Amino acid sequence: MATQTTDVGQAVGGAAKVGMPQLDFSTFSNQIFWLIITLVVIYFILSRIALPRIGGALADRAGTITNDLAEAEDLKSQALAAEEAYEKALADARAEAQNINVLMRAEIQGQLDEELAKADAQISGRTKEAAAELAEIRNAAKANVKVVAKAVAKEIVAALGGKADAKTVTAAVTERMKG
Amino acid sequence: MATETHGEAEAGLVFHPMDQFQVTPLFGAGPVEWFTITNATLWMGLSILVIFVILVLGARGRALVPTRSQSIAELAYGFIYKMVEDVTGKDGVAYFPYIMTLFMFIVVANFLGLLPMAFTTTSHIAVTAVMAMAVFLAVTVLGFVKNGFGFLSVFWISSAPLILRPILALIEVISYFVRPVSHSIRLAGNMMAGHAVIKVFAAFAPLVLISTGIGLVVTPLSILAITAIYALEVLVSFIQAYVFAILTCVYLRDALHPHH
Repeated sequence: MATQTTDVGQAVGGAAKVGMPQLDFSTFSNQIFWLIITLVVIYFILSRIALPRIGGALADRAGTITNDLAEAEDLKSQALAAEEAYEKALADARAEAQNINVLMRAEIQGQLDEELAKADAQISGRTKEAAAELAEIRNAAKANVKVVAKAVAKEIVAALGGKADAKTVTAAVTERMKG
Repeated sequence: MATETHGEAEAGLVFHPMDQFQVTPLFGAGPVEWFTITNATLWMGLSILVIFVILVLGARGRALVPTRSQSIAELAYGFIYKMVEDVTGKDGVAYFPYIMTLFMFIVVANFLGLLPMAFTTTSHIAVTAVMAMAVFLAVTVLGFVKNGFGFLSVFWISSAPLILRPILALIEVISYFVRPVSHSIRLAGNMMAGHAVIKVFAAFAPLVLISTGIGLVVTPLSILAITAIYALEVLVSFIQAYVFAILTCVYLRDALHPHH
């Protein structure tokens, strides 16, 4: 088995590599050379292309997010203002409606009072008129009663065979009528 | 008889858990020179490709609402960016591309290494040590450039009692210089150990072909173990990349703000 290993080692590297290949100093310069080239290439890829690009994308995103948040804040405040305005308009409209209600009520009351007063006046006027008419009729009736009474009294006196003196009859009727 | 069969089975099994870490030339069989294109080159190149696909092609849309691939790129970006910012502070963000480079390379190389037949570049101490030393040197130089000799106050714990401070300073100095060692061995060791264990279990898996009796028990068990270790390795792949990156951030913070 040992022979086999040595064979493989010799076939591969030429030198005896039974132990750790990590300690084979003959390969160090080779690895270090290629490592330095690799690291330099990676450094230039990263610092020239990759990192600025990724950093830029991340910064762009952060900026966009900040802007969007600010915009959202703005829109929110706008919405709040709109809501406030709406509430205010509603309150105003309510107050105005209340005012109009009171005004209308007062106006209607005034009109009603006026109409009532007018009607009252009309009624009292008619009543007076009627009373005057009634008084007139009464006076006329009274006068007629006097004339009729004189005539009737004269006729009765005549029928009874007396001779009625117009003056006396009138005086008598007038006296009776007073009583 | 049984012993004989057992011995035969062992002879038939092939244990090469470390062969997967060998650096070999892709073309031809010559010695591995510093410029030779090897399997390490191939898998490092593939990690560049994967990073390019994820972070450049994936994020190509730049859409306001990200697509799935864009989300992955942004998730990786945000994850490391936030870590750098949290650990090192605002002034550490300038070094974010370097830490992102390290993290992306390690995490992609770790995951690529989990593919069957793959070569795990981050399992090699040569690779992790270079990265750890680069971090160590950069952080040390940066510390002195930014703070002058005031950077030495990182070793002088002013919150500790005065008598203890020299001893603590000694400990701090030792731990400071041990940093690149632990930083690199942690990553390479984790990657190497997991992959080697999977290979060992994989070597036991074909036992049923050699010895049906004991193989009926060992083969399902080893396949189960491979599955379990593989799941663990997926976790380790990410966690080790994360640990490497966050430790880099911690060292960077010490360089930028040495006063405790």
